[in-house]
Amino acid sequence: MTKPKKRINEFLYFALKNKRLRVGLSVVLFFLILALVGPLLTDYKWDDYVGPAYHPPSYEYWFGTTTFGQDVFTQFILGLKASFLVGIIGGGIGTLIGVLVGFTAGYHGGMIDEFLNMLTNIVIVIPTLAILLIISVYLKVRGVLIESIFIGFTAWPWAARAIRAQTFSLRSRDFVDLARISGIRPLKIMFTEIAPNMMSYLLMTFILQFGGAILIAATLDFIGLGPTNAISLGLMMNLAVLWGALPLGMWWWFIPPGAAIAAIVGALYLTNVGLDEVFNPKLRKL
Amino acid sequence: MSLKVNNLKVYYQTLRGDVKALDGATFTIADGEIMGLAGESGCGKSTLSNSLILLKPPMRFVGGKVELDNEELPIWDMEKMNDFRFKKISTIPQYAMNAMNPIRKIGKMVSEILKSKKVDFKSTLPELKRRLDLVELSHDVLNMYPIELSGGMKQRMVMVLSTLMNPSLLMADEITSALDVSTQKAVAKMLVEFRDREFVKKLMVITHDISILYQIADSIMIMYAGKLAEKAPTSVIINSPRHPYTKLLISSLPDIGVKYSQKKLTGIPGKPPMLLIPPTGCRFRERCPVAFQKCLNEEPPFVEIKKGHFIACWKEFEKNA
Amino acid sequence: MLELEKISKIYKTGTFGGKKLLAVNKVSFEVKDGEVISLIGESGSGKSTIGKMILGLISITSGTIKLNGVDIATLKGGALKNYYRNVQGVFQDPFSSYNPVFKADRIFRIIREEFFPKIKIDEWNKKIDSSLRAVGLNPDQVLNKFPHQLSGGQLQRFLIARALLLDVQFLVADEIISMLDASTRIDVLNLLAELKSRGLSILFITHDLSLGYYISERSMILYRGGVVEMGSTEQVYYHPLHPYTKMLIASVPRLDKKWEEVEVKLKEKHSELSTGCAYYERCLFADKDKDCAKGPPLIEAESGHFVACSHYMEINESF
Repeated sequence: MTKPKKRINEFLYFALKNKRLRVGLSVVLFFLILALVGPLLTDYKWDDYVGPAYHPPSYEYWFGTTTFGQDVFTQFILGLKASFLVGIIGGGIGTLIGVLVGFTAGYHGGMIDEFLNMLTNIVIVIPTLAILLIISVYLKVRGVLIESIFIGFTAWPWAARAIRAQTFSLRSRDFVDLARISGIRPLKIMFTEIAPNMMSYLLMTFILQFGGAILIAATLDFIGLGPTNAISLGLMMNLAVLWGALPLGMWWWFIPPGAAIAAIVGALYLTNVGLDEVFNPKLRKL
Repeated sequence: MSLKVNNLKVYYQTLRGDVKALDGATFTIADGEIMGLAGESGCGKSTLSNSLILLKPPMRFVGGKVELDNEELPIWDMEKMNDFRFKKISTIPQYAMNAMNPIRKIGKMVSEILKSKKVDFKSTLPELKRRLDLVELSHDVLNMYPIELSGGMKQRMVMVLSTLMNPSLLMADEITSALDVSTQKAVAKMLVEFRDREFVKKLMVITHDISILYQIADSIMIMYAGKLAEKAPTSVIINSPRHPYTKLLISSLPDIGVKYSQKKLTGIPGKPPMLLIPPTGCRFRERCPVAFQKCLNEEPPFVEIKKGHFIACWKEFEKNA
Repeated sequence: MLELEKISKIYKTGTFGGKKLLAVNKVSFEVKDGEVISLIGESGSGKSTIGKMILGLISITSGTIKLNGVDIATLKGGALKNYYRNVQGVFQDPFSSYNPVFKADRIFRIIREEFFPKIKIDEWNKKIDSSLRAVGLNPDQVLNKFPHQLSGGQLQRFLIARALLLDVQFLVADEIISMLDASTRIDVLNLLAELKSRGLSILFITHDLSLGYYISERSMILYRGGVVEMGSTEQVYYHPLHPYTKMLIASVPRLDKKWEEVEVKLKEKHSELSTGCAYYERCLFADKDKDCAKGPPLIEAESGHFVACSHYMEINESF
């Protein structure tokens, strides 16, 4: 009789076989490598005046130049790096807060749950744009880090809700009751019994927060509320529109950043769908 | 007119190969007959009932022939089966009471189902109301949401719906297991009533609870590990079974009047075989108290040893010879 | 040994918790050493709620539960943990009782960490070995496996073995065999009976009357949170006095005789808190003038046989 394959091997098998996961992950990895390796391919800084203005893509300037004669390719590469940073930091913070809040609310229920729910709802309802405008008045110089922190602290409610629902459903399972009549304290049960079951869920939540953070950052940058001392993909698009790239037909300035954001975020969501199929045996096609 | 199943084989596709869940079922249900299908988990009874009405992946049709009222059922073709489903063959699946759309009023759900089968709701309404009376449901349920009904009420509603078009064959898969004892009795008796009034011509009642079958079934078919073990009239199966598995199964059932201190019942040691690579010969031989050499080498065929009594057991064939 | 006195559980439902759901209504009974008592009821009877209150999983709204004279509501911390040395439970769904990410014997390791932190490995392994054999399992076949690699019957016996690792005196068995196959059911049932003969007390919660008859000395019939009849198993099954009990026994599918033609009123969706007899709406003998509307107490009809019906004598005469 064949020995059942180890769980981790079974997981890898399905992961590699899943088309969506393969495609999504490849696209993300491609851009990630580009962001890491890219700075080596260019000697310029993003705001250097390197050559003729309005220049379409050519051999010397792969992505052409802006209205000021800056290298679009350099901007693109550095912008990618900024976007990934926002994704990881902003998404990471959002996931962390969301998990803590959701977990606690879901496990304890009762008054703690009511209170945390209220907190979550307040944060959702707060007009983040207005707050950001106010912040931008006081902080003249903003970096990618501040932006990431801001996004993390305002995007967590969605993660919290999902985690809370999942915790609730796990909490009422018999094995948690069994742990309780074994004398284990509630905090220990949360970490030793419930958390391991949610690993896949946590991973997928992080991916969603990651993608979401990139998207939010791009939007904020586009309307000028982004970092003041660095370039990002959204800022590129902002500058492009601001300086007339559209009527001047300078597609090389605004299409690459937009396409990159769409590709990365889309690929992340695709990866998530693929992961769902991998983790949930019922969705697998043979 | 009858249901004739001939050597039906349906396997489950898995990563490691085909699981031979239903490996050659041959039997007949005559008009007016209520046949009980019993066996333990993994014996193939749900596979059998599901394959007759909705054979979809991971199930795979491997071979065999199914004839309902002298018409072949193309069970391997999901599209073609649409013409038969609900009108000629119908089912009340397990957990049917949870299968109703929670945000639809019941009357609306019924009309949508009928519409999809190209049946006019208005003209069917009087008959629908008559059936509701029969199962003691008030006509108001058509205006209610599923959540407003109790488990038993939902089950009765599903029964009415499944039999509305007077199907020739009705399959009821574990419809009483989630119900209270009193509702169980009412629902089981309703099945008999449906047959008596000819709303359905043939009934296949699938359950692991043999005592319910004793109460309502005309004949009982016992399955084990994807094969048919024994089929006979109810009283024969309960009082004088011949297959070793059936004998052990019947004697392991507690009944009111049997106390541990007076008569200790015994179960069947061991486990059913894995059907990925089924054992050669008779699938029950490892746990059978009377197995001998032939059981190891050759698979016993499902044969009629007495009028209406079918069995697959080499030992019993010897006795008959 | 275990005493329940007027135990009640009230849930607050509806918006702002305005409505009340009386899940358990002033239930009192006691279980002696080495006794198996069946708690029989259908869905909504409150039987599982009582089991969970005994195990400390659900809070008690009013009333007291005492183990050997000590009120369990007063137990906290170390004393509560001690309680779990003596009182354990096994639940209905064997597959849900195990954390699917871990191996099945992790439940033993948890017991060791929580209750025997200083025990030596050899001694512990011997303990596990004897526990597993006591429940009829072969250690080589069941150790080091994931839950999905074992059968339902094996998993339930595993859980009983876990309880035996402690000094358990009282076991709450909540529908433990309803999800098992017919051939494995009887093995687990026999196991419980054997353990009883070694001094274990069991509260056998079930909806299946034939199972209750097989192993218990005393039986209690529960309906919508209240005890309607209580007595020795023979008394309750062969001389049922309460209309509900009679209806139950007449509805159980038997293997030796067909269903009697007894009129049964089916249960509709019911309302929450009701004063008076809980069975009033379905009772064929309900009478507005008599105590039915007030809520009959448990009356001792014959020695040890209690019934919650004020005019049980007239009802039974007509039978």
